[in-house]
Amino acid sequence: MTTAPTLEDIEVQLLLEAVHRYYGYDFRNYAASSLKRRVRNFMQNEGLHTVSALQERILHDRACLDRLLLGLTVNTTSMFRDPSFYTAFREQAVPLLRTYPFIRIWHAGCSTGQEVYSMAILLQEEGIYHRCRIYATDTNEQVLQTARSGIFPLDRMQEYTQLYLKAGGKRSFSEYYTADHQNAIFRSSLKEHLVFAQHNLVTDRSFNEFNVILCRNVLIYFNHTLQQQVHQLFYNSLCKFGILGLGKQESIRFTPHETDYEEIAKGQKLYRRRN
Amino acid sequence: MGTSLGGLSALRTVLGSLPGHFPAPIAIVQHRHKESDHTLPCFLQQFVSLPIREVEDKDEIQPGWIYLAPADYHLLVEAGHFSLSTDDPVSYARPSIDVLFESAAEVYGSQVVGVVMTGANQDGSRGLSKLKANGGVAIVQDPRTADSPVMPEAAIASVSVNWILPLDQIAPCLIRLCNP
Repeated sequence: MTTAPTLEDIEVQLLLEAVHRYYGYDFRNYAASSLKRRVRNFMQNEGLHTVSALQERILHDRACLDRLLLGLTVNTTSMFRDPSFYTAFREQAVPLLRTYPFIRIWHAGCSTGQEVYSMAILLQEEGIYHRCRIYATDTNEQVLQTARSGIFPLDRMQEYTQLYLKAGGKRSFSEYYTADHQNAIFRSSLKEHLVFAQHNLVTDRSFNEFNVILCRNVLIYFNHTLQQQVHQLFYNSLCKFGILGLGKQESIRFTPHETDYEEIAKGQKLYRRRN
Repeated sequence: MGTSLGGLSALRTVLGSLPGHFPAPIAIVQHRHKESDHTLPCFLQQFVSLPIREVEDKDEIQPGWIYLAPADYHLLVEAGHFSLSTDDPVSYARPSIDVLFESAAEVYGSQVVGVVMTGANQDGSRGLSKLKANGGVAIVQDPRTADSPVMPEAAIASVSVNWILPLDQIAPCLIRLCNP
C-alpha cells in the first residue's frame, strides 16, 4: 500500500503535461522520485515556491524552459567510467567487431562526450578505429557542444588517467591530449570518426542499423513503460549479433527482449543479440 | 537504514540479529568509495540469514530481502520498486541516506522505519525528519555505542526521534515493529 498522490505530485504531473503539449518535450514517463527531486532543486534555484508557479514561468518564458531541460537531465559522466566495462569490451566485443569491414556504433545519451572519446581511444588502440563510425547522440544541444569540442577540464585528468589504466589502457594517457590553461584538448584524430547529433530517445525513431549500441546510465531515469519502449528501439536498431552495452546497475531483465540477447561478459552488462 | 564510517560492523551486528523469517524489506545506504566492487554484499551475507542484494535499477521491493545501495548511485524508492540515479551527491554523498529516506517517506509514509547509525557526517538528518513528518518511525543508534557518533548526534539534534537505542537493541526493536 502506498500513499495517495500529494498536491505536489499532481502539480508535477500538470507541469510535465504542459511542457509536453506546448513544447513537445516528453518527461511524463521519467522515473518519478528522482524527477521530483530535480524539479524541486530547479524551483529552489529559480526562487519559486510551488510547482504551479514554475509551470506559469515555463509556459511564458522560453529561456526558463531551456534551463529546465538542462536541470531535468543528469550529466554525470567521466572518461572510462566503470573501467571493467571497457576491459570487457576490449576482450569480448573487439574480437567480434574485427570480423566486420565497417562498424557502426551508436552511443545514445552521450552527455558531454567523455565516454565517447574513451571508446575512440580504445578502438584506436585496438587498431580498428579507422573502420568505425560512432554516432553519439543526446537530447541536449548544450552538452553536445561540449562533446563536439573535445575539451575537458584539466583538473580531472589525474582521475581519468587512473581509470584509463584500470581499463587496460596501452599507452600513456597524456598522449591523447594537450594541456592548455585549465583545459585538456583531445587529439583531433580521435574526432575523425565521431558524429555528434541531437536525438531524443523518448520521441525520436531509429536512424540507422548498428553493430554496437551503448547506452549507459540513461535508462535508469525512465520508468518501466519508457524503458520497454527504448529497448524495443534498440533491438530494432541493432543488426543480427549486434552488441548492446548498458550501465553497471542496469539489466535487460523484464524488458520485452530479455531472451533475445546473450551475455558476453559476465556481470559487465555487455550483451549480444542472438539473431 | 543509513550508516557511514564504522557502518560495516554495525550492519553486521544489526542484520546478523534478524531472523530468517523477518517480514519487511530493508534498504541500506552505506557510504563507500565510488569504485567499490561488489564485495560488500558478499561480506555481509556470511553473517546474515536474510538474502542480501545490491540493487539493480527497477528491482522489485520484496519482503524479507535486504537491499544495498550500489557504490556511486543514489537509491530511491518508488511504488513497489527501486530506482537509481547518478544525480549530484547530496550531503557530499552518493549514495545519500537523505535521498533514500526522503523518497521512501514520500511513497510509503507511515509504514517506513528509518534507522541512522554510526557515521562522521550529517547525512540522514534531513531524510529522517521528512520521514518523521510523513508519519514514519525514527530510530537512532545511541551515539555512545557508535564508532563515530557525529551522524547519530546530528540526527538526534534535528529530529524528535522515537527511539535512541544501543546497537544491540536495534534489531530486537525492528522485530517488534515489523511483526504485527
